[in-house]
Amino acid sequence: MKPRAAFPRCAALTLAACLLGAAGPAPRADLASAAADQKAFQDHFKSRFPEVPFADFANGPYAVNAAMRKQWEEIMQFPPYDFALDEGKTAFETKFANGKSYADCFANGGIGVRQDFPYFDTKSGEVITLDLAINRCREANGEKPLPYQTGMMASLTAYMAETSRGKPFAIKIPDDPRALAAYEAGKKYFYTRRGQLNFSCATCHVGAAGQRMRGDILAPAMGILAAFPIYRSDWGSMGTIDRRFTSCSAQMRSEPLPPQDVAYRNLEYFLSYMGNGVPISGPGTRP
Amino acid sequence: MASTIRVRAQANGTNTEVQALIQHPMDSGFVKDSNGVLIPPHHIETVTFTHAGKTVLTANWGPAVSKDPYIKFSFKGGAKGDDLTVTWIDNLGKTDTLAAKIA
Repeated sequence: MKPRAAFPRCAALTLAACLLGAAGPAPRADLASAAADQKAFQDHFKSRFPEVPFADFANGPYAVNAAMRKQWEEIMQFPPYDFALDEGKTAFETKFANGKSYADCFANGGIGVRQDFPYFDTKSGEVITLDLAINRCREANGEKPLPYQTGMMASLTAYMAETSRGKPFAIKIPDDPRALAAYEAGKKYFYTRRGQLNFSCATCHVGAAGQRMRGDILAPAMGILAAFPIYRSDWGSMGTIDRRFTSCSAQMRSEPLPPQDVAYRNLEYFLSYMGNGVPISGPGTRP
Repeated sequence: MASTIRVRAQANGTNTEVQALIQHPMDSGFVKDSNGVLIPPHHIETVTFTHAGKTVLTANWGPAVSKDPYIKFSFKGGAKGDDLTVTWIDNLGKTDTLAAKIA
C-alpha cells in the first residue's frame, strides 16, 4: 500500500478530468463515455491498491487497512447486524393486509436482486433505488411508507442484500438520454465540492482513499455501496445508504438533502455503476 | 419474537470458550430524547451463564454497558453437546433465557 502516491500528477481540483483522461473541456456524454469513465475509475483503484483483490473492494476500509481488517474479522464472528437481519427476514416474509407481500413486487421474489439496484426506470424516467422500490411496493399495497435511513428499512434491505451476497453489481445504463442525464448528474454531484469544508465525495473517497481522516480510514469509492446497509458502531445501529449520504453531507458541513432526493438517487446510480463487478457483501459492519 | 440472546460456545478439550450477544437498549437514564425528555433507565442488571447446574459466570451490569452488549469468556470444563444456559434480568424485571448446546 502506497497511500502517498495517489494522483501524483493530478491536483484535486482536476481530479474528474484526470479520471476521464482529460479529453476536452466538456466531452459529450454518451454510453461509451460512461463505460470509459467506469474503466478509468476502476483502473485507478486497481493501480492504487495493486495488492487488493478486486472483489475485496466490497469490504471498504477493511480491504486497504490490515489493522482494521483484524478487528473486523473478530467482530464478524458475531456480526452486530444479526438482529436486524432476523427482523428483516420476518418482515419480508410477512404478508401485507391485502394478502400480498414484498416478494410480489420484485423480480425473483426479491431474493438475490440487490445487485441490480439502483436501476433506471425508462417508464417514469427516474432512478429507482432498492429503498424506494420497497416503499413504492408498500404504497401500492396500501401500506404506509417506511422512514428511510434506519429501522425497518435497514432491516429489510439487510435481508435482501444478504440473499444477494457474492453477486456482482450489475448496474445498466439503458440507451435513453434521461438515463445518461441521471448518470451525469450523479457524476457531477460526486465531483462537486460543497459545504464549509469544501470537500467533494471524490476528495476523500478517491483522492484520499485508504488514508486516515482523524480516526477513520476512508473507504475507496469503488464498491463502497456493496456493503450497505451497515451496522455502524459510531451510530450504534443500522443505517441505509441514505443515512450515510446525509451524515456524510453534514460532516462536510453542507446542508443534507432529504433522503431519496433525486440528487442522492443519481449519486447512488453513478457510484453503483462505478462499482460494477464488485460483489454485494451487505449487510456490513463499519466502525 | 425471536430470542434476544445469541450464544456460541466451543469446547476445546479443557476449556469452553463462550461468546454471547444480547439485544437490549441499555438506556442509562442520563440521555434525553429528541423532545428533551429523559429516557428512563432500562438496563440489564445481571447476566448468568449456567453449565451442568453450576453457575460459571455472573455479570453485574449497569448503565455504563453499551447497547446490545457482547460478552466473551471461557471456563474450565464443558464438553461438546452439553447445555449452556444464559439468563439476563434487567432493572424493570424483564428477563430472557436461552439454552444453547456447546459445540
